[in-house]
Amino acid sequence: MSIVVKIEEKLYQNRYIVDESRPHIQIRNDAVCKSCESQACTVCCPAACYTKNETGSVTLATDGCLECGTCRVVCQDKENIQWDYPRGGYGISYKFG
Amino acid sequence: MVEKFDAIVIGAGPSGNAAAYTLAKQGLNVLQLERGEYPGAKNVQGGIMYAAELEKIIPDFREDCPTERHIIEQRVWLLGDDNYIGTNYRSDAFNSDKPNRYTIIRANIDKWFSEKIREAGGLQICETTVTELIRDASGKVIGVRTDREGGEIHADVVIMADGVNALLARRTGFQQELAPQNVALAVKEILFIDPELIQQRFGLKDEEGVVIEIMGKVTKGMVGTAFLYTNKESLTIGIGCLISDFKEGAIPPYKMLEDLKNHPVIKPLIEGAEMKEYAAHMIPEGGYKAVPQLYGDGWMVVGDAAHFNNAAHREGSNLAMASGRMAAETVIELKQAGKPFNAANLAAYKKKLDDSFIMKDLKKYRNLPGIMHENKQFFGAYPDTLTAAAHSWFTVDSVDKRTKEKEIMKSFVKKRSIMGLVGDAIKLVRAVR
Repeated sequence: MSIVVKIEEKLYQNRYIVDESRPHIQIRNDAVCKSCESQACTVCCPAACYTKNETGSVTLATDGCLECGTCRVVCQDKENIQWDYPRGGYGISYKFG
Repeated sequence: MVEKFDAIVIGAGPSGNAAAYTLAKQGLNVLQLERGEYPGAKNVQGGIMYAAELEKIIPDFREDCPTERHIIEQRVWLLGDDNYIGTNYRSDAFNSDKPNRYTIIRANIDKWFSEKIREAGGLQICETTVTELIRDASGKVIGVRTDREGGEIHADVVIMADGVNALLARRTGFQQELAPQNVALAVKEILFIDPELIQQRFGLKDEEGVVIEIMGKVTKGMVGTAFLYTNKESLTIGIGCLISDFKEGAIPPYKMLEDLKNHPVIKPLIEGAEMKEYAAHMIPEGGYKAVPQLYGDGWMVVGDAAHFNNAAHREGSNLAMASGRMAAETVIELKQAGKPFNAANLAAYKKKLDDSFIMKDLKKYRNLPGIMHENKQFFGAYPDTLTAAAHSWFTVDSVDKRTKEKEIMKSFVKKRSIMGLVGDAIKLVRAVR
């Protein structure tokens, strides 16, 4: 049984207040991602914010972020993720939670 | 001049609300800061609330608290590939005037609780993220800095109820980063559906509810559990595993959730429902051994930020509310006695926790997280062999029962050896006794 999951369709149901051009999470050093064997963030992020790119590194897009903190926890050995909450009032706004 | 409060509470989840309400109710000058656009905007919970702890804080909460269904039946299911073995407990005694457990929608409860805080005289400011704790020359916490302009606010004591990420305590050096094996990631969807369908499919009437706790093949051998809860007009379905396991595996959490929704025994229960929200949240699972320093000069930490979660019994928000209340009561007692909020005096908070079910329960299960982490057979081999055994036992096919018994026993030994089985039983008993 193989099911194709479109994460965009899931995230589309959520309410976000996007802080334009002020991402709250940043990758510190591209080279560290390139040398990272597991690139666990690309599998573990529940919103698929992290994707492998053609250069062998990782691209981060925070718009769909659920602010769970998982990426920071999986990357703590490399310390390559600068993790913060969005500014007050911005980011995911759960209707039900 | 910088504004000064008796206490600042950071966060409007169950623990922060319990603390802020208890303080406001006693007439203390309390400020609660919340980073979401409204209380609950950043909060996620599977969706079960136990009445006892809320009742201690707001005795008549049932009058207007927006709960969903009171739980009359608990099912525990072990899922195989296309089957399940389960236990159910259902009792009409749960249909009392004062039900013990409810399914809830987190955001609704948080908004309601916040109203109670404002009615009690607490000041609440949303859309404000606390960026750091302000400390004096001796290191004592004397207030907070926020992301608002001129956002420096002082208080006698700061109660951190900022959730599992506990960024403030980590940045200040009061806590270490979460170890991947001590924290789970859970993903969840809310599925709206005709209430009559819920009642038919789960055998319910009126406001009765069923909860199903799920283990088995759906976590792909990883340490984790899933759940399906009935709300008034919706179902919540979710699954979570330890982050250390997600890190080693190659299955994204949303794929695991989708597989759960498509499992042959789950699918008919949620058929026809419309998904309205997808959420993710970390859950502190490290138990007693992962509890950090809980207080210091001018500060206390409560709820998920203090790692208060009983994973074995799936209790979290009640530990959160209890710890919030105990932190607030400590503040009230010190205030009344005119004592300073230094570490020596705030140790009274730890004493309250130690004397309560929170630390007693966490201590009882202190070895369980380690055992689960190191013994993956509980999540892989056992669901397989148990469901296969049941399938054989309940298939009537002219094979004599003694032969079936032998085959079933053989299948267990093949997967796990006699010593392995005995060892696992001993480990489990030791972990929960």
